[in-house]
Amino acid sequence: MGGNTSVLSAQEEVVPKRRIKVLVAKLGLDGHDRGAKVVARALKDAGMEVVYTGIRQTPEQVVNAAIQEDVDAIGISILSGAHMALIPRVMELLKERGMDDILVTVGGTIPTDDIKKLKSIGVAEVFIPGTPLSEIIEFIKKNVKRKTA
Amino acid sequence: MPLFNKESIEEIKKKLKVWEEETIKNDISKYPERLPEFRNISGIVLKRFYTPVDLENYDYFEKLGFPGEYPFTRGIHATMYRGRIWTMRMFSGYGSPEYTNERLKFLLKHGETGLSLAFDFPTLLGLDADDPLSHGEVGVVGVSVSSLKDMEVIFDGIPMDQVTTNMTINPPAPVLLSFYIAAAEKQGVKPEQVGGTTQNDNLKEFFAQKSYVFPPEAGLKISLDVIEYSAKYLPKWNPISISGYHIREAGGTALQELAFTIADGIEYVRAGIKRGMDVDLFAPRLSFFFAAGTDLFEEVAKFRAARRMWAKIMKEKFNAKKTRSMWMRFHTQTSGVALTAQQPENNIVRVAIQALAAVLGGTQSLHTNSFDEAWALPSEKAAKIALRTQQILAYESGAADVVDPLAGSYYVEWLTDKMEEEAWKIIDRIEHVGGMVEAIKRGIPQREINDSAYKFQKEVENKQRIIVGVNEFIEDEKLEIPLLRFNQEEVEKHQIERLRKVREMRNSSSVEWSLKELKNAAQRNENIMPYVLKAVKVYATLGEIMNTLKEVYGEWVETPLF
Repeated sequence: MGGNTSVLSAQEEVVPKRRIKVLVAKLGLDGHDRGAKVVARALKDAGMEVVYTGIRQTPEQVVNAAIQEDVDAIGISILSGAHMALIPRVMELLKERGMDDILVTVGGTIPTDDIKKLKSIGVAEVFIPGTPLSEIIEFIKKNVKRKTA
Repeated sequence: MPLFNKESIEEIKKKLKVWEEETIKNDISKYPERLPEFRNISGIVLKRFYTPVDLENYDYFEKLGFPGEYPFTRGIHATMYRGRIWTMRMFSGYGSPEYTNERLKFLLKHGETGLSLAFDFPTLLGLDADDPLSHGEVGVVGVSVSSLKDMEVIFDGIPMDQVTTNMTINPPAPVLLSFYIAAAEKQGVKPEQVGGTTQNDNLKEFFAQKSYVFPPEAGLKISLDVIEYSAKYLPKWNPISISGYHIREAGGTALQELAFTIADGIEYVRAGIKRGMDVDLFAPRLSFFFAAGTDLFEEVAKFRAARRMWAKIMKEKFNAKKTRSMWMRFHTQTSGVALTAQQPENNIVRVAIQALAAVLGGTQSLHTNSFDEAWALPSEKAAKIALRTQQILAYESGAADVVDPLAGSYYVEWLTDKMEEEAWKIIDRIEHVGGMVEAIKRGIPQREINDSAYKFQKEVENKQRIIVGVNEFIEDEKLEIPLLRFNQEEVEKHQIERLRKVREMRNSSSVEWSLKELKNAAQRNENIMPYVLKAVKVYATLGEIMNTLKEVYGEWVETPLF
């Protein structure tokens, strides 16, 4: 591109659209990373910047990574059934650090009752197995609250 | 000697040509086919139908033989299920050892014929229940076991000389096997009497199940320790279950499952021989574990190809002499990822088809998943339906009454050959880089499985693959089914408390001494099994033993790829 920006409109020059940055995080001890990796790749293909934590992350590690990478959204993947013990801790830490404007979504085997509970503590959406990738992508695009908007 | 004579083949070829020029053209113009191309999960392009032309030069004895005879394509036993039905082995375990003891007794009461223990994540990774990393995970996906005491409770009232038990446990396999041996001894059962299986397949952990702890070389070494020890002292134990199931769950195709599993098997046998073990002393106790997906024919072809390939490898590559060394004995689990959260009752039908595939494929034992798989651990009712599915197959379907009933189907035989041919190509690539340990370090199986998982998902998104209730025939439904619920926090507290008591009552200097001995043995590169067993008997905990081993072997850290 060089310095030749004459083809761009003034607005595009002033406010370059920043890509949505997402942390895909495998929280807890389970190694079921198929879903996390498929979603990570789909988000990347949809034009987002994706950081994948790898497996076995603690709530502290997830929140630290989110802050360090300055992400707009966190996609937590958990299939160990330990979601009610671990996700509230993530939400708490985000709040403590003043980062609760980061959009948090969860994917995994989450029973219906727990979905309600997770939403009540600030999780924006829970995606159960079988959710189309397009739905996840659209949801994140529509709901990120941070500077990209 | 070819199965079909040249004249018949030529005749069929001639008529086939006419058929393609006339019959099919007329037909297709009126009724176009649903897809431009039909492919199975493994990516193999399927013809409209198959004829003897697809089996030109087919040699019956080279490819099939009789049941119970080399190359065992038709089954490892001469009578197969006419003699004895496969073992109905339901993967179970949750919460505390007490809960699990109750569930095992429930399943035995309803006709289960073998036990299979599911452990929670802390146990799978070698962490004690009171480790900070275990918080929230104790007892969740399986039973929590931190010391011999827990194993004693699991088998309370279950005579350990009369059941066989599978334990899905990998890096900590020496520890859990020692818990089992020691608990049996407390019941008066001798090591040579205990029967069952430890999964103990550390290689696939790095690219499939992901419960690795130690680096690949150490993982391989520990797997071999269990194999070597069992060959000497546990004649009825299957020390390893070389597993394709998790490769499939992680997103691999049936073909990748077949190829990577056999490549792992080759690595274990090679390492055993390198250690100086006689192949015919340990190979007969090696066992395998596969998934059964919903494409019936692809699965049956996979199982049959697997048996034939393993027999060839053992005979030709490793010069095994004993027939048993050439047997591929395997357990099958119906595919968990193939089950849907949506319209969960449909899963009962999927499981029935998958289980039929396993039976037609000649499995030795079978776990059928429960229809609530995509939601939680199985409820009692769901587990019972899954078990009943096996009983219906065994006693009503007729599938158990004739050995290898799909043999001779032009399609199934062609596909069996094709799966084998394609699998050899993958295995050759792995062998070319120096075997599975090296391939893992280069991320080869990891990347290939990731790619397959993504490709599959894309096909579902594009509706190239239809999944009933997920991308077609969708209903607006209230997703609520009765799920297994228990008070996890209470289980965690209970387990931590028991561990505290164990630590209190044991002789701590014996524990320290046993751990020191273990560390020394590991450093001297000795077989760790005898030392682990000694430590377990003085109530050293799982976490203590694993931490001792971590000091020697280090821990594996994965580069996250997606």
